[in-house]
Amino acid sequence: MIGISNIIFLIVAAIGIGLFVWQIRKIRKNVLMGRDLVLEDNPSERINKTLLVAFGQQKMFKRMLPAILHLFVYVGFLVINIEVLEILIDGIFGTHRVLGFMGPFYDGLMAVNEVLAALVIVACAIFLWRRNVTKVPRLATGVEMRAWPKMDANIILMIEIILMFALFAFNIADLKLAELKGHELAGAFPVSSMFVNAFGADAGMLATIASVGWWIHIIGILAFMNYLPSSKHFHIIMAFPNVYFSKLVPKGKMTTNPAITHEIKAMLDPSYQPPAPEVDAEGNPVIQRFGAKDIEDLTWKQMMDAYTCTECGRCTSVCPANITGKLLSPRKIIMDTRDRMEEKGEHPAIFKPNHYKEMGVERVETTEEKTLLRGYITPEELWACTTCNACVESCPVNIDQLSTIMDLRRYLVLEESAAPASLNAMFTNIENNGAPWAFPASDRFNWADELYLPSKN
Amino acid sequence: MAEMAANGQEPEVLFWVGCAGSFDDRYKRVTRAFVQILEHVGVKYAVLGTEESCTGDPAKRAGNEFLFQMQALTNIEVLNGYNIKKIVTACPHCFNTIKNEYPDLGGNYEVIHHSTFLQQLINDGKVHVQGGEAFKGKRITYHDSCYLGRANDIYEAPRDVLAALDADLVEMKRSRANGLCCGAGGAQMFKEAEPGRKEINIERTEEALATLGAEGVIATACPFCMVMMNDGVKNKEQEQNVKVFDIAELIAQAEGLTK
Ligand code: SF4
Ligand code: SF4
Repeated sequence: MIGISNIIFLIVAAIGIGLFVWQIRKIRKNVLMGRDLVLEDNPSERINKTLLVAFGQQKMFKRMLPAILHLFVYVGFLVINIEVLEILIDGIFGTHRVLGFMGPFYDGLMAVNEVLAALVIVACAIFLWRRNVTKVPRLATGVEMRAWPKMDANIILMIEIILMFALFAFNIADLKLAELKGHELAGAFPVSSMFVNAFGADAGMLATIASVGWWIHIIGILAFMNYLPSSKHFHIIMAFPNVYFSKLVPKGKMTTNPAITHEIKAMLDPSYQPPAPEVDAEGNPVIQRFGAKDIEDLTWKQMMDAYTCTECGRCTSVCPANITGKLLSPRKIIMDTRDRMEEKGEHPAIFKPNHYKEMGVERVETTEEKTLLRGYITPEELWACTTCNACVESCPVNIDQLSTIMDLRRYLVLEESAAPASLNAMFTNIENNGAPWAFPASDRFNWADELYLPSKN
Repeated sequence: MAEMAANGQEPEVLFWVGCAGSFDDRYKRVTRAFVQILEHVGVKYAVLGTEESCTGDPAKRAGNEFLFQMQALTNIEVLNGYNIKKIVTACPHCFNTIKNEYPDLGGNYEVIHHSTFLQQLINDGKVHVQGGEAFKGKRITYHDSCYLGRANDIYEAPRDVLAALDADLVEMKRSRANGLCCGAGGAQMFKEAEPGRKEINIERTEEALATLGAEGVIATACPFCMVMMNDGVKNKEQEQNVKVFDIAELIAQAEGLTK
């Protein structure tokens, strides 16, 4: 029975999906503005990590309450996808609960779905409470959490609640209709069956409620999907690839720049033959920039990090610099990277980029310069980092905030020689004395003077 | 080392002393304590002495990759010249740099931090800590160094070493992977902190003091942590009640090697 409503559905679904694909392509383009980096080693270790950290939510469980609530929403999201498939088929072909033929399996699926949907409502309500009433500090404070990011989180939670209510309205009305007509409805509905008399017994009315519920649910999902790229909620997609491509070597290991190695080797040994410089597509040598000043100096992985951030603030809440009131907030570094990326690249989004700056009073005084460094992130923030890796450890989606901080620092030092004076003094000491302090190298063995050693007898 | 090489000998292990271990008056005591342990157990070791130079860690963390690589390549030349295979060091920054960052530049060694080294000595029964009495019932809290812990996943070795002392080991609220930085890493040791409400080492010391109660020992395994904790304890005017020691010093004391 394909009717006019199915054609309308088809058009709506096609627009929704098309728009989403269009947005994803723009995001992909933005991410690829970053420098090349090959991360294809150890696929099995990477898959393991993805299963544990992304699918298994491993790092979420460092904080119990949000972990459990998040788990409801997350599993709800996974399971509801199966139902969305049914909705799509029903919508296109005018069928009704097309997967119902699966019998007990379908019963189970619907039952689980209902329970999860109820839990999602509870979890989202608690999340709203935590954000707006108890104001969990990491979610409510910080210069980067004003305006849009704050509203974004609330919008998402509210949409999720509405979607779930629409689903229940559809189920309840459908159940009652079946009851009135005296036939069995495929599926089991532990929650809806409790409310089966909620909408009265007018068949026409019930049919309308069922169809409105159904339409709100599916249009809501399509709209939600298209909202994602403008939102921190995009992490429900990006978390998976981002964890897959995360760092496998010890956290203490920082990248080595091979161009510098060749330069030094050539200095130390005049006969050293450095490899030919890289050339771009037109055959011009690529100009090496040391460190990062703007987004295209970062790698695509660092850009991907920016699109993955959930703005949860776990990083900032464990950052020693932030804890003691310094300007640095690792979350802000990541959010700034994303904002700058969308400013310079394309807005993938229907909405404007996630700027917090335009709407909030700035605490971080940036310059007019339109680059990531200084235009968004100030040297003061960068110099406050102790490279302690607490942020990296805490991030539930394996973002490497420190690598971005370090690349920006390198730019300050290598390209601008803009290190604080005391650090320049330390550099000079290392150059001249081989130690960060101004002691002569000849004193290096003095510690042994006061040592009583039997072997020295 | 040069002497050993001249005699055609090769050490089992090279003790990388590090800049703090060579020049910082407080940390020289740790160097001596560790050497006394090495002597005590009869390991054939060597030090580079005046041939050693900064690993380049502070330069690298401050963003000066160029200076870092200068240092690294020079050091690697020296180490490879002596055919060094195994290195032990009491400094987590030296440890991390030589272990993780030197291989990219042609320096491949087995690198061990002294906490792991001491743990092995204790496990092998080479260090008995008979004098453990001295620590009986004393409260010790271990402060995780970022460059041992999060950077290299070494959390248990220093704790195992302390456990051998038969003391009362207490944990701070933030420990292991959640440990709070002492505030000196990333070249912060060599500059003023950025403006804020508080110094990081004060925050950390308060946490340690809250755990220890009236008196006790803050155990560290890193020269920077030691400086920062010491400063913090002094700032809180607790230096009479709370002492900061490196785990090597505690073992040397327990073994009766030092006073
Ligand atoms: S590595 Fe830097 S930004 Fe990250 S938690 Fe430590 S001090 Fe903060
Ligand atoms: S970087 Fe990670 S820990 Fe920090 S706010 Fe984003 S998702 Fe959360």
